[in-house]
Amino acid sequence: MAVDHDTVRHIARLARIAVTDDEVERLRGELSAILDWVEQLDEVDTAGVEPMTSVVEQVIKMRDDKVNDGGYPDRILKNAPQREGDYFAVPKVVE
Amino acid sequence: MAELTDLTVAEARERLKRREFSAVEYVDAHLAALDAAGALNLVATAAHDRARAMAEASDRHLAAGEPRPLEGIPIGVKDLFCTEGVETTASSRILRGFVPPYESTVTRNLWEDGAVLLAKLACDEFAMGSSNETAATGPVVNPWKRRDDPRPLVPGGSSGGSAAAVAARIAPAAIGTDTGGSIRQPAALTGTVGLKPTYGRCSRWGIVAFASSLDQAGPITRSVRDAAILLSAMASVDPKDTTSVDRPVPDYAAALTGDIRGLRVGIPKEYAIDGLAGDIDGLWESGAGWLAAAGAELREVSLPLTRHALPAYYIIAPAEASSNLARYDGVRYGLRVAGDDVTAMYEATRAQGFGDEVKRRALIGTYVLSAGYYDAYYLKAQKVRTLIKRDFDCAFEEVDVLLTPATPRAAFAPDEITDPLTMYLNDVFTVTVNMAGLPAIAVPAGLSADGLPLGLQLIGRPFDEETMLRAAEVLEQAAGFTARPDPWWVQG
Repeated sequence: MAVDHDTVRHIARLARIAVTDDEVERLRGELSAILDWVEQLDEVDTAGVEPMTSVVEQVIKMRDDKVNDGGYPDRILKNAPQREGDYFAVPKVVE
Repeated sequence: MAELTDLTVAEARERLKRREFSAVEYVDAHLAALDAAGALNLVATAAHDRARAMAEASDRHLAAGEPRPLEGIPIGVKDLFCTEGVETTASSRILRGFVPPYESTVTRNLWEDGAVLLAKLACDEFAMGSSNETAATGPVVNPWKRRDDPRPLVPGGSSGGSAAAVAARIAPAAIGTDTGGSIRQPAALTGTVGLKPTYGRCSRWGIVAFASSLDQAGPITRSVRDAAILLSAMASVDPKDTTSVDRPVPDYAAALTGDIRGLRVGIPKEYAIDGLAGDIDGLWESGAGWLAAAGAELREVSLPLTRHALPAYYIIAPAEASSNLARYDGVRYGLRVAGDDVTAMYEATRAQGFGDEVKRRALIGTYVLSAGYYDAYYLKAQKVRTLIKRDFDCAFEEVDVLLTPATPRAAFAPDEITDPLTMYLNDVFTVTVNMAGLPAIAVPAGLSADGLPLGLQLIGRPFDEETMLRAAEVLEQAAGFTARPDPWWVQG
């Protein structure tokens, strides 16, 4: 599958990564080559095969639904690029 | 003092117990080796004060006659493990300055056993790479060079800093993570032992996630015995990781009996690929011969899906990575680049914070998970993965372990491989193991024609690291790999 410039821009938008025009051109070639290469999987007959969900057979572990950690906002916020009080701060989202 | 850095973990812990030298002396010898090795560029974050304080605590335990299993052993830690109070960046610009307020389970297990944090070591950015050229701190350099060729070589990746540190006698042992070969491939390229445990054996809690269904932590050491010792310390059942498996952790070193009589060793014929270096093919034959001479029974087996594992991996791993990387958005930690609105802030932060390979994988992952393509790519790959696992299940009905080359080639020069697809082929023999969740180990077994280390790989049944390690030690003894790199990097 060859991807075009608009597709690269669309994926980059979905992935929230800004791309320059030069990058779009380079990525178009690289992504097309990778997607072409992975398409050799079409040779494999997977009719009736279940997709893998876990490599190790295991019963999902349950735990009690109760709070067992927390109560230290300063530790949580210690690495925040910007904070206001006990909150992470971001650019204004709504007027 | 130089000889202290030559000791294996097994030797050092006995001599520390006998008080032949102190933990502070032992750790200082390694810190000095680290400081003299700037040319290898393998440090992500130094933590000398922390290392000395931990060594002093170890000396108190030793003085009291109460040594813990890894008392006073300095460990190099891949910068993917969160270490409380010590910067952790996954070798990415986007996490520069991030100081975790918590400790990963694997490193906590090591410290509780008396081990000492030597330093945080560089890796490929977010563990994505096979050459350790993509770290934000610049490329890591392999201690090994080709005979009569002064050009620097890559150490492999992504745990390249960890492997280089162990090969260069800077650390007696280091830990890494392996998503598609990131422990075993750099181990093979640096003449060290690299062990990837069964998926679920080591907790993933507190490890920067790359591809959650494939990631496993493991040791890099200079002997199979040391790898066994480290794994017993690293592994645990962890309520904080629901994929950590409820099985008691064995004393893996106790499994090293040297007796493999009657062991059935499978030789998968599909691993004889075009493009396999001739000296690796020859070494593979030698390895099979050594195991047979020790009483093992060789059997050819077939793993028909082998060549489809790599393309399936390059759908599944980027898909999981694109999800895991969503958290790096400039809000809670790491880099923030200003934008006009919140979306522009996300886009600018991620554009500046991620390197080229990380962006490439995030975009591939986003594409294969996007509406209209999910079934054709992601679901197809997960079905192929079921068949890959089935191949191994069938093989393990006939044999106890599998013997393969670890990599298709020896170490290469920086910029020698610039095409992403060619780079991905470095993991052709290791990635199958992650897809099936199996344990595997790379053991240094010989030198290439131009004097570089080459490794063989043993693959075991799920949670049967013991049989695999027993065979690996026999292989190690037979290979008698004693070569070491000339210490050209040592300064001052």
